[in-house]
Amino acid sequence: MSVVPLSRRALLVVVVGTSFLPVLAARAEARTHVIVVDKMKFGSAPDGIRVGDTVVWANHDLFRHTATARDKSFDVDLKPNEEGRVTLIKPGRIDVYCRFHPGMTATFIVGP
Amino acid sequence: MLKKSFLVGLFAIVGSTAFAHEAKASDPQIAHIAYTAGQIDVAAAKLALAKTTNPDVRAFAELMARDHAAVNDQALALVKRLEVTPEANATSDALTTQASKIEAHLKTLSGAAFDRAYVENEVAYHRTVNEALRKELIPSAHNGELKSLLETGLTLFQEHQAHAEHLAQMVK
Repeated sequence: MSVVPLSRRALLVVVVGTSFLPVLAARAEARTHVIVVDKMKFGSAPDGIRVGDTVVWANHDLFRHTATARDKSFDVDLKPNEEGRVTLIKPGRIDVYCRFHPGMTATFIVGP
Repeated sequence: MLKKSFLVGLFAIVGSTAFAHEAKASDPQIAHIAYTAGQIDVAAAKLALAKTTNPDVRAFAELMARDHAAVNDQALALVKRLEVTPEANATSDALTTQASKIEAHLKTLSGAAFDRAYVENEVAYHRTVNEALRKELIPSAHNGELKSLLETGLTLFQEHQAHAEHLAQMVK
């Protein structure tokens, strides 16, 4: 086992320590989450969606779809090869469906 | 009622005969059948858009025209890329002959009678095509991309079938 001089170890700790800071800081800021829509399905939603974050639906499918909230809080039109986005303003469970193909559904949780 | 039975009956007959001998269909034949089936539904949708004033039926017809055209555009791009020439066959010929008869019948109707007949036909048509896709065309397809497109098509057309069945309750 090699011995790292104390000063070097201290430096490492500092470097490692500060590298966490931007991550911690970013947590408090709004993030963007991409959900891919393809082959008549909504891709799975990432964990950790919170109020203030934005969800982007990227429609890679051949067909026009929508991402429509069951509670009517948003209705995003998704033409083929286009994206649509919504910024989430309240916490809770969101059920989404496609107005054109209502068998397409998805659920995600918005944390506070 | 008589007209509705006529259409459903006609499709039941064609459904059982047109797809009866295609278990061994080749990819070029399957591509031709799928493309023809799509074209038929786009044509029916265009007829509906020219005739109906019912907003729910119009919305459905617009969806059919858009979705089926999208599948067919993709099918054309695929056969071109694979350098496959779609091959006419007994099934696609039967579908075309059948569609001409139904189109001629639909053209004699108007108003609510047209709406009912169009929507009933869409229910029967999607039911027939979906069954053929599920039992015969998808299992027979060799090329992975063709099979995948047919599978996405089946998911899509099952949505259409459910939509048509719901609409049929509204216009009856």
